[in-house]
Amino acid sequence: MKDVTFKVRNLDLYYGKDQALKGINLDIPRNRVTAFIGPSGCGKSTLLRCFNRMNDLVDACRVEGEILLDGEDIYARGVDVAELRRKVGMVFQKPNPFPKSIYENVAYGLRLQGVSSRAVLDEVVERSLRGAALWDEVKDRLNDNAFGLSGGQQQRLVIARAIAIEPEVILLDEPASALDPISTLKIEELINELKEQYTIVIVTHNMQQAARVSDYTAFMYLGELVEFDETNKLFTEPEKKQTEDYITGRYG
Amino acid sequence: MKVWWKSGAPWVWLNAGAVAVSIIMVLGLIGLIAVRGLSHFYPSEIVEFQVGDPDLGIGQMVMGEHVRSETIPVTVARDAGISVPPELGDDDLVTRHLIKQGNRDVTGQDFAWYAELQMSEWQAPPDAMRLERREWGDFFGYPLRVLEEGEVVAEGEGLWDALQVRVERANTLFRELRRIERNEVGAISAEMEELRLRERALQRDPDIDPGVREVELENIAARQESLQEAFRTLRGEIDVLRSELRRDTLVATVTGGQEVQIRIGDIVRAVQPNSLSLSEKTVEYVQQFWAFVSGEPREANTAGGIFPAIFGTVTMVLLMSMIVSPFGVLAAIYLREYARQGPMLRLIRISVYNLAGVPSIVYGVFGLGFFIYTLGGSIDELFYSDRLPSPTFGSPALVWASLTLALLTLPVVIVSTEEGLARIPTSIRQGSLALGATKSETLWKVVVPLATPAMMTGMILAIARAAGEVAPLMLVGVVKLAPTLPIDGTFPFVHLDRQIMHLGFHIYDVGFQSPNVEAARPLVYATALVLVLLIVVLNLTAISIRNRLRERYRAASD
Repeated sequence: MKDVTFKVRNLDLYYGKDQALKGINLDIPRNRVTAFIGPSGCGKSTLLRCFNRMNDLVDACRVEGEILLDGEDIYARGVDVAELRRKVGMVFQKPNPFPKSIYENVAYGLRLQGVSSRAVLDEVVERSLRGAALWDEVKDRLNDNAFGLSGGQQQRLVIARAIAIEPEVILLDEPASALDPISTLKIEELINELKEQYTIVIVTHNMQQAARVSDYTAFMYLGELVEFDETNKLFTEPEKKQTEDYITGRYG
Repeated sequence: MKVWWKSGAPWVWLNAGAVAVSIIMVLGLIGLIAVRGLSHFYPSEIVEFQVGDPDLGIGQMVMGEHVRSETIPVTVARDAGISVPPELGDDDLVTRHLIKQGNRDVTGQDFAWYAELQMSEWQAPPDAMRLERREWGDFFGYPLRVLEEGEVVAEGEGLWDALQVRVERANTLFRELRRIERNEVGAISAEMEELRLRERALQRDPDIDPGVREVELENIAARQESLQEAFRTLRGEIDVLRSELRRDTLVATVTGGQEVQIRIGDIVRAVQPNSLSLSEKTVEYVQQFWAFVSGEPREANTAGGIFPAIFGTVTMVLLMSMIVSPFGVLAAIYLREYARQGPMLRLIRISVYNLAGVPSIVYGVFGLGFFIYTLGGSIDELFYSDRLPSPTFGSPALVWASLTLALLTLPVVIVSTEEGLARIPTSIRQGSLALGATKSETLWKVVVPLATPAMMTGMILAIARAAGEVAPLMLVGVVKLAPTLPIDGTFPFVHLDRQIMHLGFHIYDVGFQSPNVEAARPLVYATALVLVLLIVVLNLTAISIRNRLRERYRAASD
């Protein structure tokens, strides 16, 4: 692995007294899709939320160890969390558009940064919506409320919203689990296109999906990283017995 | 039977019954108010009959509107001074009728009971007329002739039309007179007061250069002189209008034949209800109701309209909403979003919830003690010290009434805003945070807009409570008769330091403090109806705003 976006070193995470992540060491490769798989409660979403410090919102959460983004520890003192989150975008399990128009949803991140030029916004909104493969469906109703869109469209809108501020990384937390198969397919196609420009980390409990979209896969179990390898290798000849049991459906 | 109990059907019946009883009670209440209040404005028939003791051969003509009847035992009737034939026993019943006979200036009593036993047949003479007057209440009688400067100008045929024309002219003159008295004279006296205060300030100020003071004082004196001149001109105009108003006189006979002279300038309306057709009566009815809603009260609030009270209520409620919404919303946002959850916060929250249960008169006492005497007194000392000892803000006023009510309704707004904020899904907040928004950006751009329907719900409850509140208002700014409206054409247009009239207090005043109970009774119902309608309108406005907001944010709160 040559080019690395995130380096995770000896990461421990506690919710109060419970340890949710135990000594994670992991490198996330740049411009690749990395998938986290594992049974429910294994810590894969928790680990994902460490990358943009979303766990800060949980009161009793405590993190030890370090995560380096381009060589800088994102848990170091004095890191601007808002700045970090601008570099590391995130898409959640349930589509969560804002109660605004489609246009304003996409423009939200830019407006936060103080961009108000209509021309710039117009251009970015179009580019982002095209990037999220939504432009053709919504170009005639950009000023309609985002809640009028279907679930799959909303999820692509949220992706457009995330890429509008041009992050380095996009974190996807089970992005297709609330969607129907056709919408899921569109999202997966989209992930494939997006990896040209972005580093993508995706959490999924659907192993076929992980196999289809990802280049690398990490298998987690009970807060530990069991195995991390190229997706092809991990799914065909896993090194660990646990991994093999899981991907062949013997437990989990 | 057992199966029926187990099926849960009794519960359904019980619940449905409770709903039915509630609806019947509400409809009954509104129905009673509406019927009693609205029927007052319908031109009722004028009846005429003779009352007397046939045995003694004395009789008296009575004319007026029939108000209501009641049946009483003979003993009570005897006690009331009605002569009852001796052949009736103590257990027999007699009927008596309450007649509004008006003519307070002639007979001294405008409502009187008459026993049916002593009445002749009721007649409804077509040319009987009712005059609504600016003083002395209604007049019932027959028109005889119209005089202009003492000369007869109309009699017999064409008399009624001539009277109507002249009443209309007098009303126009009267409105003009009121306008001059209120606006122009009001503006002059306001400026005179201003000049007087400046003069006093100049004379008191020891630091000012004597030369400058001299010049300033001269300017003031010159201005005062020109104002005096303007005032004299206005006085002249007013005198002309007054004498114009005195020009016409109506000569009328009361029932029984006595001739009476009535100045047409004193007549508000002249109606001959017995000769009106149904459609004319309807028009008359609508006009009467409009006059009630848009007019000013007369004769210690027992006649005329309630416009100042409507205006005062609306102004006060709107001002209250403007005060309570920012405070309530900000407090709720702090409590829900920023304050550290713990025992202290729980204590604060419980206190806030309990504030909603404090009797409103307690708020009134607080408003009087804190807002008016402490806050208003300090404002007067700081900014209006030249007017002391007469208070500006240190006395009951619109602003204090609104503030007191804002305090009263604050818990409602806080509670509903908090609940609204709690209902916003975390996923939306996280979506915003994940885009690099700070907590306050997320709050103001995403969370608060989503919570606006809940805030509006709080406002609706607050308005409903505030508009109907009376007890605290009596202490902090509502009076039975306010000479001016709180908003008018003189600078600074919105007069926060003025006292206001209020529908709720008006009901209390007319109903319980009125010297003329019978005349006031229908007005109590009518005013109550207007108050209820006003609250309904205010609420419907707020509800429609809320529904529009809710529609906009529909899917997010699902």
